[in-house]
Parts: sequence; C-alpha cells; structure tokens
Amino acid sequence: MSSKSYLLGKFWHPDHVMDALRQLRDMGVKAQDVFGPFPIHEIEPLLDIKRTRLTVAAFCYGALGALTAITMISLIYGAIWPMNIGGKPFLPFPDYVPITFEMTVLFAAHGTILTFFIVSEYYPGKKEFLMDDRQTDDVFVIAIDKDKVAASAISDVNGVFTKTGAFEVTEKEV
Amino acid sequence: MSHHESPIRQQWVQNTDYYTQITEDVCRPIEAKPNLKWLAAFGLSFLVLCLFVGAVAWTIWEGIGAWGLNKTVGWAFDITNFVFWVGIGHAGTLISAVLLLFRQAWRNSINRATEAMTIFAVICAGMFPIIHMGRPWLGLWFLPMPNTRGSLWVNFNSPLLWDVFAISTYFSVSLVFWYLGMMPDFGALRDRLRKKGQKIAAKIFATLAFGWDGSMRTWSRYEIITLILAGLATPLVLSVHSIVSMDFATAVIPGWHTTIFPPYFVAGAIFSGFGMVQTLLIIQRAVYKHENYITMDHMESIAKIVIATGSLVGLAYMTEFFIAWYSGSIWERYTFVNRAFGPLGWSYWIMFSCNVITPQLFWFRKIRTNMFITFIISIFINIGMWFERFVIIVTSLHRDFLPSSWSMYTPTWVEASILIGSFGLFFTFYFLFAKYLPTINMFEVKAILKNPKQPKHTMEETVNN
Repeated sequence: MSSKSYLLGKFWHPDHVMDALRQLRDMGVKAQDVFGPFPIHEIEPLLDIKRTRLTVAAFCYGALGALTAITMISLIYGAIWPMNIGGKPFLPFPDYVPITFEMTVLFAAHGTILTFFIVSEYYPGKKEFLMDDRQTDDVFVIAIDKDKVAASAISDVNGVFTKTGAFEVTEKEV
Repeated sequence: MSHHESPIRQQWVQNTDYYTQITEDVCRPIEAKPNLKWLAAFGLSFLVLCLFVGAVAWTIWEGIGAWGLNKTVGWAFDITNFVFWVGIGHAGTLISAVLLLFRQAWRNSINRATEAMTIFAVICAGMFPIIHMGRPWLGLWFLPMPNTRGSLWVNFNSPLLWDVFAISTYFSVSLVFWYLGMMPDFGALRDRLRKKGQKIAAKIFATLAFGWDGSMRTWSRYEIITLILAGLATPLVLSVHSIVSMDFATAVIPGWHTTIFPPYFVAGAIFSGFGMVQTLLIIQRAVYKHENYITMDHMESIAKIVIATGSLVGLAYMTEFFIAWYSGSIWERYTFVNRAFGPLGWSYWIMFSCNVITPQLFWFRKIRTNMFITFIISIFINIGMWFERFVIIVTSLHRDFLPSSWSMYTPTWVEASILIGSFGLFFTFYFLFAKYLPTINMFEVKAILKNPKQPKHTMEETVNN
C-alpha cells in the first residue's frame, strides 16, 4: 500500500461511517479500508471483508495438538518406556484425556494467534499505517484508493463524506 | 454496535461523553511520573518480595527440613499456597472468556485488570510446585523429553504431571490472550505519547503494538480470534482447577478421595478469584478515579457472582459432610468429624465463616454498594479460601488410617515468610502493571459508550474547513 494516494473522509461517529459507506456502495465506489479506535459491527459486507478462516485454522491446530499428545503418550508409555504400575494397562486411554485436552488447547491457541499475526502482517516494531494519528483514539477514517475512482467522481465521493458528517475531507499520499 | 440508550438498563460507562475522555483517563497514570503513594506501595511490595526470595533461598540452601512438615503431614503451606494462587488466577479468564461468550458488557472495563491478576497469580502458583521439590533444578524431570537418566519418562497417569501441562497451558494461553487484548491500546498509547513528545515511551509502545493501525480488516479478524480464544479458554479454566483437584481426588486419603472435588474446586476458584478482584478493583477505582468505568453496577455484579459461588462452595462443604456420613466408611466419617471438631477445627470454622457466612451479607444492597464493607468482606474471602485449602490438605493428612502415625503440623517462620512473600511477588507485578500498562481496556469501553458527543477538536476543524 505504499506511495499511493488516498481520498480520506474523517468521522467522529461510527454510525456516520456506516452511512457514508452505504452511500459510496450505491455509487459503486469501494473503500480500501476504514480505520478506527474500535471495531464497527456489520461493516464487513460494506468493505467486502470475507469471513476469516481462522476458525478452520484453530480446528486444525487443535487436531494437531490432540494427535501430538496421543502419539507422544502412546509411544512413550506403550513402546519406549512401558511402566508397570500395579499391573495396570500400558495404554490407559482415559488417563490421556487431561494432557490431550491441554495440548489441544495449547496448540490451537498459539497456532491461531501466530497465524493471525502472519496474515495481518503484524510483528514487533512494524511501522504502523496511520492515516490520522487520532485513528487509535477517537477518529474513524475511510480511505479510498484514488486510482480506483474516476477523476470525475472524486468530487462526488468528497460530497458523500461531507454530507454524511465527515469533519475533515482530505487526500493523503502514503 | 448500538447507540440506543435503554431507559431501564444500567449504563456501564457513566459521565463520559467523548471517546478521547476514556483514552485520557486510562493513559493519565501511565504518562505521569510515579508519585509518592505508588512508590511507597511498590516499595513495600518489593520488600515483601525480598522476604519471599530470602525464605525460598533459605529453603533451597537448608532443604525442605526448614519447613514444619513431617512424615505424616507431607504437604502443608506449599501446596496450600499453590492451590490458593491458582484459584485466584481463575477469575480473570472467567471474566475475559466466559463473560465474553455470554456477551456480558460489564466485563469490558474490568477484564484487563483481572487478566493481569490471573497472570501474576499463576506466576505465584507456579513457584510452589517447583519450590516444594526441594531441589528445583531437577524440575525439568517433569518434562517429557528424551534423556540420559536411563530413559526415565514421566508418569502420564499422575495428576501431578497433568498439572504441569494444565498450569503451563493456562499460563501461556492467558498471557497471549492478555497481550492480544492490549495491542490496540498499545497502538493508542503509541500515538498519544508521540504527540506528547515522550519519544522513548512511544517507541516502546510502538514495538509492543506490532504496528497496530485499527484497520477494520484487522478488527474483523481480531474479533473472531478473540472469540476463538474465549472458546478455548472457557473449558481450559474449568479443566485447570479440575486437574488441580485431582491431585487430591485420585488419592486414597479420606477427605481427599471424593468425586465432588472438580466442580467444588472450580466454584471455589472462581469465588476466591472474584474476592481478589473485589480487593483490587476497589483500590483501582478509588486511586485512579475510575468510578465512571468501574461503576457501582460493576461492583454489584461481582458481588452477585460472589454470592452465587460462595453458596456453591457452602453447598459443597455440606455435601462433603453428608457423603462422609452416608458412605458408611469409618475413616471418611472420622476425618470429617476431626476436621470440624479436632485439634485443627479452628481452621475449619475460619474457613466456614469466611466463605459461607460472610458472602451472604451481599444479599443486602446497602452492603453490596458500600465499598468499605465490600473491601473488608473481600479480605475475609481471601483469608477463608486460603484456609479452605489448608483444611483440605492438612486436616486430611494429620490423622490418617494409623493412629500411631498421627501427628500435628506447625509451620515454621520459613513457610510463613514464603506465604507472606508470595503476596509481595504478586503485588510487585501488579503495581508495575497498574503504573505502566493500560488498566482498562480502552477500545472495548469505547465500543459500549452510548451516545458519544462530537469531540471539540473535530468541531474546530469543521469550522476551519
């Protein structure tokens, strides 16, 4: 997203953002992104955000954790170092449940978070993408890629911003 | 998100008109220089932590013989402290995960502090199994890894090993959950401190924020991952204390060998955790003037959970007694009679009155809304829940099957110092958190603010345009 020009509409109320996005959608203009201090619910369809597949990833990591635990315990206990404890079975599956459960949660949680960081391209010290230094405090910014808007429509887009309650309409090269 | 203001429902954020006011209120203590009160509180905690370090060092130097244990009472303060601190560590994840799944908006302003409490309590808890080994450098024997000790593997049948997996999973998952929750707030702090010219602090928060920019694409994923983590952490909370209870329940000792233990321990853990939550939040809302975010309704909701869990714990105490009688086992019967009326009976009655009788006072609204009395009750709950573990562990052990091996237990100064010192460890961490990290989840509180007003800075710009 570097060295691009963006049309920015800055809002102070999330409902105004939704109004602006709806009107922009009706005009056939797609916003690149919206930045804000907290999530706005039901904004996903207006930004063409598909439901994340992190849930699938979580299931896979969890399954991997469960499999790792069962394999590890069975191999160690059943094959590598079978221990005779009061003549009890060498593969007592009910006893595996707690550790298998914990390993499932451990793998699922850490794996999913790692995947989240990777897909969101977040890492320590990453340079943040700021359209306005108040976007983490109390300002919502709609950013529209200027190249994707016909030159004649730019004034209409700015008009929508103003009409729906933007307190500032501007452009920014990022 | 709805901005409709219900006339009958409580407002979880009060006297707040602007989103930035929330940022301001939460960030102010972080930006200010440490004041004398904080330095005094932190200094005292640090001194108590030094007592902990000294007593632990003495234990390791001298050996477990420095404690008051004997052949009959092989576990006492060590595991009592362990279970006590793990219990405290249960409220944070309950608030952040379970209440999130139940869509309880009141969790939003208290989840950060209680999650911090969880992390620090689990750190305290984790110390005790290691210390009580006497030779903590052999703690790695608990890890299932190929080794040169004649391929000596851990015992997967043992609940003590399940504990290792449960506590470490709980700690690491709670830690990342807490960190993930703070990332948006780190971003807010970064931008705010940069504007204020505090470059070093801004740089630190920029690193911690991982480049957080508040993009709705990220927010969308972020909300899903929070739900996934909540879904994973909810059964995790229940599993951890269930597994801790199995340390006892899978033994054959009368007083330990009971199937009621897992739910009884989980209820007790939530009860004690909420007791500590009350203690900490009452201080926080008074010192930081956070009454607009941690409102009286919040404190009342917490008190109601304390009534519910306290009553569950009371029910469990009585059920235990009934089952001991109903089982027909003479050892079981004796253990319970001895527990209440034997030489350590005083500890049973401290436990019973603190945990069962005191929280019932919360049925009265006047008491629920009186922060001074609530604070006192919360201290009683903390004391009572420590004694619960003491009662379970020591009274069950000190008079077992053979009267010839009956014994008494008296703690030494070393054990007492470790117990007191563990509070130093907890509060040292907690005071550092309260000073240098956002104690309230800013973005979640902003999301539930009803009818915000237009910020003044935006009005000026509108005029300029």
